[in-house]
Amino acid sequence: MSVTQEPIAPRKSAAAGSATFAGSNSRKYNYFTPKGRKASHYEDMTVDVQPDPKRHLLQDWIISFADGTPTYSESWTAAKCSDWHVFRAVDQEWERTHYQRQSTIVGMIANVVDNGRRSGAVKRFDKAWVKVLQDHLGAYKHAEFGLGMATMQAQRYGYTQMINNAVLTNSSYKLRFAQDLTLYLGEIGMDLEGFDQDAGKAHWMEDPIWQGVRRAVETIGGSTDYLEQYFAVNVVFEPMVAELFRSGFIMQVAASQNDFMTPSVVAAAEGDYERNLANAVELFRMLVLDETHGTANRELFNGWLMKHGGEAKNAANQLQPIWSQPRVKITQFPDVLEQSHNRLRAIGSEIGLDVRPLIEA
Amino acid sequence: MPDSLSLSKITAQKGMSIGEAARRVADLGWTPSYVQEAMTFPTDYKITKTARDPMKQVLRSYFPMQEEKDNRVYGALDAALRGDMFRDVEPRWVEWMKLFLAIIPFPEISASRSMAMVGRLAPGEELRTGFTMQMVDEFRHSTIQMNLKKWYMENYVDPAGFDITEAAFGKCYATTIGRQFAEGFVTGDAITAANVYLTVVAETAFTNTLFVAMPSEAARNGDYALPTVFLSVQSDESRHIGNGHSMLMSIINDPDNHQLLERDLRYAFWQNHAIVDAAVGTIVEYGTTNRDKNKESYAELWHRWIYEDYYRTYMLPLEKYGIKIHHDDVNAAWDRMVKKNYVHKTAQFFSVGWPVAFWRQEAQTDKDFEWFEHKYPGWYAEFGDYWKWYEKLSTPGETNILFNQDVGYVYPHRCWSCMVPALIREDFCVDTVDGKLYTYCSEVCRWTHKVAFSAEYEGRATPAMGRFSGRREWEDCYAGWDVADAIQDLGFVRSDGKTLVPQPHLHFDDSKMWKLDDVRGHKLGSPLQAIRAMSDVEREKHIADYRAGFKINPFN
Repeated sequence: MSVTQEPIAPRKSAAAGSATFAGSNSRKYNYFTPKGRKASHYEDMTVDVQPDPKRHLLQDWIISFADGTPTYSESWTAAKCSDWHVFRAVDQEWERTHYQRQSTIVGMIANVVDNGRRSGAVKRFDKAWVKVLQDHLGAYKHAEFGLGMATMQAQRYGYTQMINNAVLTNSSYKLRFAQDLTLYLGEIGMDLEGFDQDAGKAHWMEDPIWQGVRRAVETIGGSTDYLEQYFAVNVVFEPMVAELFRSGFIMQVAASQNDFMTPSVVAAAEGDYERNLANAVELFRMLVLDETHGTANRELFNGWLMKHGGEAKNAANQLQPIWSQPRVKITQFPDVLEQSHNRLRAIGSEIGLDVRPLIEA
Repeated sequence: MPDSLSLSKITAQKGMSIGEAARRVADLGWTPSYVQEAMTFPTDYKITKTARDPMKQVLRSYFPMQEEKDNRVYGALDAALRGDMFRDVEPRWVEWMKLFLAIIPFPEISASRSMAMVGRLAPGEELRTGFTMQMVDEFRHSTIQMNLKKWYMENYVDPAGFDITEAAFGKCYATTIGRQFAEGFVTGDAITAANVYLTVVAETAFTNTLFVAMPSEAARNGDYALPTVFLSVQSDESRHIGNGHSMLMSIINDPDNHQLLERDLRYAFWQNHAIVDAAVGTIVEYGTTNRDKNKESYAELWHRWIYEDYYRTYMLPLEKYGIKIHHDDVNAAWDRMVKKNYVHKTAQFFSVGWPVAFWRQEAQTDKDFEWFEHKYPGWYAEFGDYWKWYEKLSTPGETNILFNQDVGYVYPHRCWSCMVPALIREDFCVDTVDGKLYTYCSEVCRWTHKVAFSAEYEGRATPAMGRFSGRREWEDCYAGWDVADAIQDLGFVRSDGKTLVPQPHLHFDDSKMWKLDDVRGHKLGSPLQAIRAMSDVEREKHIADYRAGFKINPFN
């Protein structure tokens, strides 16, 4: 008896191109219109993940809040839009790029702080400057945290995935920076005798210099309109208060106090803001240019500008005494205030808003 | 090299301890005094006890850790391509990824959104740090899963179904249960949704079946990408489980919360079981070609992770706080898994509906039968003939199984609560809510709609609780439509304008693929519309007949 082995048919590959049939070449997400000629990787990762009854969502939202408001509602902001789905974040962030950037920043700061401390740089900081860092940078970290929490709240409400993810990464950047400052001050404090780690919060809560800032931040956190929060953070507070303090004070003054470390830490936030601002300008410009709702949106944004701008202006003015505290004086408050107004004018111009009433008020 | 020359000794300097760093970060928050934070998502719970963050992690260690995890994931995806993974992957498996990966990114990003809801409610600042990291984690999960799906689309033999993924998610008869899952995380009472339903039950219990069972099965089918991505995702879950438990501990000591907590644990456990076990159970058991009798069945995995790990070590200890745990529900869920064939009936339902799906579903064959009978004794007697019919009717020219009267399958009612149909026929029930009749798969789902999702619970006002809404019965959307027209409207047609995206087989050959004309001539109906139109007498008989079940006609 002979044994014959049954031939084994070669198993067919399941790789792309191993067979040709209807649809076998359809290798792109095809349910949205890319902003450019081809969809970016960011768009593929982001667009339409949060559905919409006007796009693809056949059965409508299937759970509602007790008052009948659905899972996502266009009514969660007073701004109106003909098509919310048009917005794309300028920074094109999805998870991988976000972690890469955040991780790079964390590494950069760690290098600066570790090497600076190792070389004894902290001990060479000017004494008056150390107190400024302790009291005022220590207070300012809470403002960053407040903005991070406000945007964390806001990322629940946007009508598309693109809006919510842009607000989410904004929150992530703000919260990282608040923690960067906290840990930075904690670590340099180890090299400085008598450095009071709790002084920053005490100044934040009680020092008249900081009460305007705290009030402005709390006003943002108390807003119930998520786009108002996003607007107030990026269009108003950042240029009028945050950049004023970061760029107009820390970044310019520190080097003359023998401090090369603090500007490196704070520079990360300046870079973060450029990206957050670009996203915010893109969104608010889209809403101002909306053919149907643009006029009403502009009026709405002007209202937000005056409300939060008034708080921010007051906050900025209250910060003025800080410019007198370093031993070596490099900048004058009126000069940097004017720079911040120029920044605001530029932002207003990009969005299509007239900021003169706020600046001149 | 002498010890004194080690790099760590050269570079070492005094740093901050992890505990001190976490404490300082937690001190970033403050109690507002000028303007109170907007409390925009309501809850009926009272939260007074400050929650603790068990993880004590800060962002400067979090981001590099996550980047490293990402590097491993993306490196592995590259390696899989270089190793020609798709030459050997099982198409039966990858087809089911069209369904799974259409669903999962939305629940993930919903979890991210829900952190806004609990972030505002947590007293003190410590746990907020945990919530912020979970927010970014979930952003990671959603977009890393979209990336994996794109990768399959670019490299697998049949990209149709991946290419329409998010549009299909919003429309399909099967993805509707995934939307119920995701919306449950973010809508209604903030604690019910974002703490109990999401973290205490879905993440603590059911991510094990989602993110561990499924990767194991993927690897058995030659797919090394899914385990790479999902085990990396699962590694973030311990942080989320910690957040959920910590928040739970901040509400459980107040007896005023117990009534609501019992309600929510009951609703959340049952609905997670109904949804996750239906979808994941089907994919793990029916999407595989691996029939190793030594591997654990989904039911066995369920017993290990849900019953032993979760029920016995997480739920039961809650009783010491005075919480009533519904042991009967856990046992009933287990019975549904092993005695009432819940997963098998779901797989049967999915396959009956193949013409309105957006992935291919292959027939189960002799090799599968043997494994099912070994793991689930009695399986063959109930399902063997069905799958033989399915294979026979998978050829174009046959009347497709959804409408073929020879088979004997009776199309099910939808459950208004979990959105999975009422597949265990003897448990089918109906009730009237606000003057309208609804159908349910089980008593707990009836209770969930009528009692739990209501403005009042056991005499207590629950103004924050959500409501079921929308066109919850998928069949209602296409009632009276020719199935071919419905498929076109769904967008489940390939680029030639006539060949269906779904197919009841794995032939990658135009001559064997179903086209619109092959299914045309049959009208879809709404079981809910039909039962509502019945007289009381007719309805009573219909319910009795439905509960009696059906018998698949013998296959000769």
